[in-house]
Amino acid sequence: MKADDPIVRGAAPVIVGVLVLALWEIGCRAGHVPSYLFPTPSEIATSLATQWPVLLHALWSTLLVTIEAFVISTVVGTLIAFVFVQSKLIEVSFFPYAVLAQVTPIVAVAPLIILLVKNTEISLTICATVIAIFPVISNTTIGLRSVDPGLLSYFRMNKASRLEILLRLRIPSALPYFLAGLRVSSGLALIGAVVAEFVAGTGGRSAGLAYQILQAGFQLDIPLMFAALLLIAVTGVILYLLMVALTRALLGNWHESAIAEER
Amino acid sequence: MIEAQDVSGHASVALTQPADAVVTLERVDKVFANGMRGLDPIDLTIRPREFVSLIGPSGCGKSTLLKLIANLIQPTGGTIRWWGGDFNGVGSAGRRLAFVFQDPTLMPWARVGANVRLPLELAGTPASQTGSRVAAALAHVGLTKYEQHFPRQLSGGMRMRASIARALVTDPDVLLMDEPFGALDEFTRNKLDDDLVRLSAERHLTTVFVTHSLYEAVFLSTRIVVMAAHPGRIFHEFIVDEPPARTDEFRTSDRFARQCRELSAILTEAAHASGNEETP
Repeated sequence: MKADDPIVRGAAPVIVGVLVLALWEIGCRAGHVPSYLFPTPSEIATSLATQWPVLLHALWSTLLVTIEAFVISTVVGTLIAFVFVQSKLIEVSFFPYAVLAQVTPIVAVAPLIILLVKNTEISLTICATVIAIFPVISNTTIGLRSVDPGLLSYFRMNKASRLEILLRLRIPSALPYFLAGLRVSSGLALIGAVVAEFVAGTGGRSAGLAYQILQAGFQLDIPLMFAALLLIAVTGVILYLLMVALTRALLGNWHESAIAEER
Repeated sequence: MIEAQDVSGHASVALTQPADAVVTLERVDKVFANGMRGLDPIDLTIRPREFVSLIGPSGCGKSTLLKLIANLIQPTGGTIRWWGGDFNGVGSAGRRLAFVFQDPTLMPWARVGANVRLPLELAGTPASQTGSRVAAALAHVGLTKYEQHFPRQLSGGMRMRASIARALVTDPDVLLMDEPFGALDEFTRNKLDDDLVRLSAERHLTTVFVTHSLYEAVFLSTRIVVMAAHPGRIFHEFIVDEPPARTDEFRTSDRFARQCRELSAILTEAAHASGNEETP
């Protein structure tokens, strides 16, 4: 059994998962733990199946906010990074405020945003964007600056214009940093969406998974709570895997971080 | 008439150069921003088809001198002329410079072919011409089969060859090389030195070559400029007594050994003549 065998790598976590679920099921049944305290995996699965329409709608709401926040973070964050690298003065003037937005707990700011912005979906998206945008800004800024000085000299010696240096040198150099930023940002966008929903506590049409968790808590429908939690976790994992696939597609040929090991 | 007025004997060397000089430096010096004297005023003329090596102890300003010739940095004082004019005239046919760095400095995200094509694209060469020129440059350095490889898939020596191909693809008249083979093992270095001798002959190149190795300098050069450090200056010029078409036979000959001994003695003197490191 070798740890880098792809079959082992795929199968090992699955076996661990199945074992944990089995122990969980057996433990809860043997100890007669009531489902309102700690439900068994089978109860969670049942809840997932019976409440599927509601959960699917909630998932879609949360996912929409997450994706909107992630796309805005990527586009706006990248643009801000481009502005930052234009001049050190701009960067030192504005970077502290980017940090400020990052370090202020979103839970503390969210009520204010929700109060100011009437439309719930927009206010949720703003909250999620505020925390998801920082990794894109900081990583892309570092990436655009970390150009091989030898290559930069080479481009300048060949009388390359600023635009050519940007397109042919700075952007490819920044790509690994940018993609690492996206990986973090995609997870933060989901966290931001869920946290903002908790604070907003909105029901109705735009009720997301966080709202389902809150409601399930009030009604002591703990299996539903776990089912919603499971959906959030699965969404996070899928987002992460998508980012890994994107990184591999863009960097797989040349960057150390994405090259499959050759042995 | 200018020579008649000159009593120091310095400037006359530069001013009496033949009209076909490729690069002429007159009283060129370099003081760095931190106050360090990189180079004391230097006169140097590079003539067509010469292979000039710059050698000397570290801190002698050989790389600085090469970068001045490449117009990568500006002199503090003095004048540099390229083909009798300023740097704006460089780049037209018959007046092309190419620089090869100490590291291959290839773009890791681009295939070898795309790396070699880069200077052509930056110069706006029509795409219809680039393919054949890239292929020819790669053939010159024996990398034809590796056009579609990424730099990381090549050995250190092959990356350096790709870097040389990128320099050759612009059809340069002058090749400026800053310790290009310094990081390579001796076997690979000798091989690339052989290639360089062949390429210089085939492409009628004028070369200015910075090196740490006196053996490499003797093997390659028609003229060796020995420099001393602190402040950087030209200490001695050594003419290699051997026709430019060098082969492996020269490397093992007594003529080679004798000239290496002579150069070694001059280098020792240059090291003694060098001052202590300045503290600005």
